[in-house]
Amino acid sequence: MDLSAINPILLLASLMVAATPILLAAIGELVVERAGVLNLGVEGMMITGAICGFIIAVATGSPWLGFIGAAIGGAMLSLLFGVLTQFLLSNQVATGLALTLFGLGLSALMGQGYLGIRAPSFPDWHIPLLGDIPVIGPIVFQHDPMVYIGLLIVASVWFFLNRTRGGLILRAVGENHDAAHALGYHVRRTRMLAIMFGGACAGLGGAYLSLVRVPQWTEGMTAGAGWIALAIVVFASWKPGRLVLGAYLFGGVTVLQLNLQAAGVAVPVEYLSMSPYLATIAVLVIMSAGRAPGSLGRIFHAAR
Amino acid sequence: MSETLLTLDGLTKAYPGVVANKDVSFSIERGEIHALLGENGAGKSTLVKSIYGLVKPDSGTMTLNGVPFAPGEPGDARKAGVAMVFQHFSLFDAMSVAENIVLGMDNPPSPRAIAGEVRRVSHLYGLPLDPDRIVGDLSAGERQRVEIIRCLLQDPKLLIMDEPTSVLTPQEVDILFLTLRKLAAEGTSILYISHKLGEIAALCDNATVLRLGQVVATCDPRQTAPREMAELMVGTVLQSPVRTARPEGPIRLALKGLSAPAPQRFGTALKDVTITVRAGEVLGIGGVAGNGQDELIAALSGEMPVASAMVELDGTPIGADAVNARRAAGLLCAPEERLGHAAAPDMTLTENALLTGVRRKHLEQRGFLRWPAATAFAKEIIEAFDVRTPGPGNTARSLSGGNLQKFVIGREIMQNPSVLVVNQPTWGVDASAAAAIRQALLTLADEGAAVIVISQDLDELMEVSDRFCALTDGRLSPARPARGLSVEDIGMMLGGAHDLEVAHVAT
Amino acid sequence: MIVLDKRPQPSRMWSYAAPVLAVVLTMVVGGILFAALGKNPVEVIRTIFLDPLFSKNAWFYRPQLLIKGAPLVLIAVGLSFGFRAGIWNIGAEGQYIMGALCGAAVGLAFYPMESWLIFPLMIMAGAIGGALWGLIPGLLKVRFGTNEILVSLMLVYVAESLLAAMALGPLKNPEGMGFPGSRNLSQYPSAANLELISGSGMHWGVVAALIAVIFAYVLLARHMFGFQVRLAGQAPRAARFAGVNPARMILICMGLSGALAGLAGMFEVSGPAGQVTIDFNVGYGFTAIIVAFLGRLHPVGILLAGAVMALTYIGGGIAQSNLGLPAAAISLLQGMLLFFLLAVDVLTNYRVRFSNRVAA
Repeated sequence: MDLSAINPILLLASLMVAATPILLAAIGELVVERAGVLNLGVEGMMITGAICGFIIAVATGSPWLGFIGAAIGGAMLSLLFGVLTQFLLSNQVATGLALTLFGLGLSALMGQGYLGIRAPSFPDWHIPLLGDIPVIGPIVFQHDPMVYIGLLIVASVWFFLNRTRGGLILRAVGENHDAAHALGYHVRRTRMLAIMFGGACAGLGGAYLSLVRVPQWTEGMTAGAGWIALAIVVFASWKPGRLVLGAYLFGGVTVLQLNLQAAGVAVPVEYLSMSPYLATIAVLVIMSAGRAPGSLGRIFHAAR
Repeated sequence: MSETLLTLDGLTKAYPGVVANKDVSFSIERGEIHALLGENGAGKSTLVKSIYGLVKPDSGTMTLNGVPFAPGEPGDARKAGVAMVFQHFSLFDAMSVAENIVLGMDNPPSPRAIAGEVRRVSHLYGLPLDPDRIVGDLSAGERQRVEIIRCLLQDPKLLIMDEPTSVLTPQEVDILFLTLRKLAAEGTSILYISHKLGEIAALCDNATVLRLGQVVATCDPRQTAPREMAELMVGTVLQSPVRTARPEGPIRLALKGLSAPAPQRFGTALKDVTITVRAGEVLGIGGVAGNGQDELIAALSGEMPVASAMVELDGTPIGADAVNARRAAGLLCAPEERLGHAAAPDMTLTENALLTGVRRKHLEQRGFLRWPAATAFAKEIIEAFDVRTPGPGNTARSLSGGNLQKFVIGREIMQNPSVLVVNQPTWGVDASAAAAIRQALLTLADEGAAVIVISQDLDELMEVSDRFCALTDGRLSPARPARGLSVEDIGMMLGGAHDLEVAHVAT
Repeated sequence: MIVLDKRPQPSRMWSYAAPVLAVVLTMVVGGILFAALGKNPVEVIRTIFLDPLFSKNAWFYRPQLLIKGAPLVLIAVGLSFGFRAGIWNIGAEGQYIMGALCGAAVGLAFYPMESWLIFPLMIMAGAIGGALWGLIPGLLKVRFGTNEILVSLMLVYVAESLLAAMALGPLKNPEGMGFPGSRNLSQYPSAANLELISGSGMHWGVVAALIAVIFAYVLLARHMFGFQVRLAGQAPRAARFAGVNPARMILICMGLSGALAGLAGMFEVSGPAGQVTIDFNVGYGFTAIIVAFLGRLHPVGILLAGAVMALTYIGGGIAQSNLGLPAAAISLLQGMLLFFLLAVDVLTNYRVRFSNRVAA
């Protein structure tokens, strides 16, 4: 074992990369849940995004187009969930599970010919000046653009929810859909839009795995990342700011675990690889005091 | 300046199996306070929802200010100057007063300006309100103020109020009426929905009476005898419940310093509730919703266990006992919410009979259910309490409010309780069912049970109670004999007008 | 404009017809998908749904139906109680693994001793292992209010890692020449879950599944516990009013579903699979969720749904080898089935009406 092989700067830098897919998926789900919908299909939308992004990036050679394709793919899949839960009034828990199972199958089918191919590379930015700051530069300012886009999305969501009328309406719909309906707000329309945003974000998160982090396609490559994203939304008490904290905490555990594996710690790899999941459970236990949106998971059917 | 503001002409709205409104026509003058009177289920809600754009009538037309008026959604109605205060408030618990108000407006001022606006209007109309408070922490009266101010900020031409006084103390009602009269004097028309005749006589210029979806009369409530309006509304002459004089029995239930923290956020803590109820007695507990009624009945039913000594049944401490142990001992309850609490909506009446009757009616044997016996019990309830349903195999959800309430109360009464506690026994129930339920409660007391009736309907409490006490903010006042109590006395017991002030004269 | 009106009571007719319609719709849309993949849709559908039962090789496939169906039914019956009560254990896959590990560990601990006591002990160990793994999310929910969906799912990944660690470590076959995986339990008579009737596919797991179905049926239809489970799911407040203790309900449902999943894992590892390997689990725990819903959470329905789902596994396998259909197409088909079921279920609870005006 050689712990000195772990470079703290590299570790912290890769933490931001490890956290990004979870952060992207989680910020989408946060918006969905603030609108009062529980979509447990994040895992399915993520992996669909991963393969859609991969296929398009390989076909066009452009990771950017890949990410756009992934967002569209994730949103399309979420549309299925939206139609079922909002128009056919199906149970959200069951439908979300179905979405995950469906997405895993769909992605495996789509990815048939793409095993073992490398994705077109997505160069890291070296942000001038900021990137040259010692220690902080390599940790914070020398990543690929999606790391910053993810943070930008989080900030925009915060602004949207807390500072705009649209965000207020979305929160109102999630808090009490009957009252929102009585005031004339379009509960279904709001929720469909939120669900599609959630799907698009999950798709981006998935594509980040297949295009940047791994970067290639393997079946089931999300390995529970979608579920961890769901857990982080709970951890964050449905607040965007704390979401970043949760995702980075999780990213930290993942990266540390990988580094310990590489350093040859005397614990078998199998036990180390449990740690992200155990950490997620621990986080759920510690942080279960938040108040969920009032109408979360409830079926909305406008009565007479 | 008597000119017509709103005219309804032949409005009809049908739902599968029921015609909610049939050919409804009437008109409202500018500055008029117009009462819409009718029983539960008479079609009042559907009608006002049509005016507010929430429901599209099948046929008929409306004219507002001489222009055809057909709002496609509430936003259209608001733009045309129609505002509405809902009976079940359209508020968002986790949000602030200011946010709630902004949500009810189509072109809200900036977030900073809104606080000032709220303060100005609330001062003007004597409705104090802090824009930064979280709505879930407010009392029912304060929540209503949020709704009213939300409407007033839009300078409505027509203000619709759906049963606004059910959550207010008598003093608060007086002040609300002053506010409404002031609004009317300023030229705002008010459509006032209620089934309380006294209020309508005191406040309204005109009344339209609805029965089974149709207009049966239009009258001047000040000139028409309340009895006559009641008959118009209900269609038959109703009998007041009868009670026989009873000797005072032994103490059945004693609450001794019952205290409990609020079981959830936005709940109420119970504070040192102390009272005794004797056999053969009906104790009425009045109070505005949200003052601890749900918590009190939960502490009595066993859904929220407390310290053992705090609740005594026939001298035995049972405060820590579980729900079914209390039932076995003879303390039965019927909570307020019929669908989802007292009964499971999607289960059959047989299954719902089993829900509370399993213990005292011996509907199980070593864990195995005796379905035939349960069905028989359900049939007994249906027959004894005249529950209108095709049979015990129908779901609770398929029953009307009044019939389900008769079933729920009947289910407890048929188990021969020694103490029965009911919360809001006639809320949302039609008049004939309400009369039957009150009579059944009195008969139960006559037969030697102790009965506690928790209600917001003061008329009901005066009709059935021997003694009356008030529940305010989780505290119970000492009980006073119900006979001889005036409305003012009761109002003071309920906490008077709280912090309301009389509407300031417009400057 | 289509309007949905809530029925006063759920339609009896549609509650039976909806799953059938869902299967038919899945065949149709699946067929279109197969056509898009360049296969003959009729042939693929026939291969998946009919060949395992009626082809000339059916004698080989029919026993497979029991072998694949038994774990699905066993797990789904356990899950159905929780699902009815609104307690979402979706980590049956993990409980299945833990049951297998505990059962196998007990069996291997006795190797090479022979005794009739060993197999019953393994059954108990499997059930207890699964139950304990299921109780972790249950206890955390009761004690800390954590979400059982997420915790039970996280524990699947933990169990998979444990499985790998066991197959490579403590349970590795000392005579296995370094290959990962345990001794083969099916070759250890006292610990083997062998076919009860040769060539029938009938093993103890099938017996357990049938017993579970009967027990579940009696519990749900006649017993207080079944009534309380339904009540807790349909109207939680009414359940508390009826004296149901929510914490107890959570623990019983999580423990019960965990125990049955553990049993399924134990019967699998000692029978059809034979040994603990890294890739021992094949997703039965997740497919069982589909089975539970397709069977409308009713024991008899689950039995039928388990058979249908086992059919897709076997038929899918045939289609894979004979027609070159990708394996992923089958899991897609299974996911689609659940989707269609949830979609047509609207007909059970709502009446569809065509209205010529726009609703608010």
